[in-house]
Amino acid sequence: MRLFGIAAFALALLTTAPPVLAGGEDVVIEDAWSRASIGTSRPGVAYMTLQNTGAEPAVVTGLRTNLAMMPMIHASTTDAQGVTRMSHMEEVKIAAGEAVALEPGGLHVMLMDLQHPMVEGESYALSVIFADGTEATIEVPILGIAARGPSD
Amino acid sequence: MRRRALLQYGALGLGAGVATLFAGWWQVDGPDAPDVSNGRPLPLTAMDFAMTDHERQPVGPQTLIGRASLVFFGFTWCPQVCPTTLADISHWLDGLGTEADTLDVVLITVDPERDTVEAMAEYVGYFHPQIRGWTGSPAEIARAAEGFRVRYEKAPLEGGDYTMNHTSGVFLFDAAGALVSIIDYHEPREFALPKIRRALARSPSEAVSGTG
Ligand SMILES: [Cu+2]
Repeated sequence: MRLFGIAAFALALLTTAPPVLAGGEDVVIEDAWSRASIGTSRPGVAYMTLQNTGAEPAVVTGLRTNLAMMPMIHASTTDAQGVTRMSHMEEVKIAAGEAVALEPGGLHVMLMDLQHPMVEGESYALSVIFADGTEATIEVPILGIAARGPSD
Repeated sequence: MRRRALLQYGALGLGAGVATLFAGWWQVDGPDAPDVSNGRPLPLTAMDFAMTDHERQPVGPQTLIGRASLVFFGFTWCPQVCPTTLADISHWLDGLGTEADTLDVVLITVDPERDTVEAMAEYVGYFHPQIRGWTGSPAEIARAAEGFRVRYEKAPLEGGDYTMNHTSGVFLFDAAGALVSIIDYHEPREFALPKIRRALARSPSEAVSGTG
């Protein structure tokens, strides 16, 4: 499955240059997927890969979706004692030509305050907001609660 | 406002011709993660706690004596580590097939406030049928965590909710209740299966009853 970020080309062409950052038009978002939720009280999760095809770094500064009031990027880290915790990432930088993977065990989109249950087989729109003001909107398929990857 | 987390990504090569992937694995979190076994669980026979499983049966460490077991801590409000671990374990069990029929698999919650028996039952029902969910009073969970040398703490989320930080390893015991090994979160399946087989092999075939 290949879900590509939608370019906001016109906007990029119209704006004047100064702080050079890549944005939604340069970032290809692939392999997006979510796990089904049980109701709406537990947070949901989404994973994807963001590939920066541009010549400048891209910075993700936010997310937006009708599915959840508070979508945010979290990082899971495990310390030397084996304790795993999550922290909110206010921004995620993707170097030029590099990719950032949001995948089980590491970075993930945490969908807090779900507005309706996430049902296996359905999908929802998620917009990734970049520091340059552009956005890339993708359609995220919802897989089973026990899914392990985008093709599982 | 929370302090911005400073990130140090470990770069992972993703095969020939593919751009380097800046994966979300920390150096402490990836394949080179340090061994967390310095605080190893006690033998099950040295533990003492009383809980309820997701079918309302009274359970405790003695429930796991007689068959090999796989025990891990988590909570059902967890969107990331716990479903990943549960999905991995379901996958391991599928991979082992009938070999794993005599393995007891238990998720012990670190969040008894939200993880009632009903919540546990609903949640584990989505994964492999062999997986059991145990919950209990905060005091009993603290006693269990002490025996397993597990740490956990409540952590506030923006918006008033909370999440739980907790030890994410999976503990493998033999039928006598001795620790065989720990499967670290993230460990590839090909490392996990031999460990589970080792725990099963150390089990007496004349497994006594009393398992969940
Ligand atoms: Cu999270």
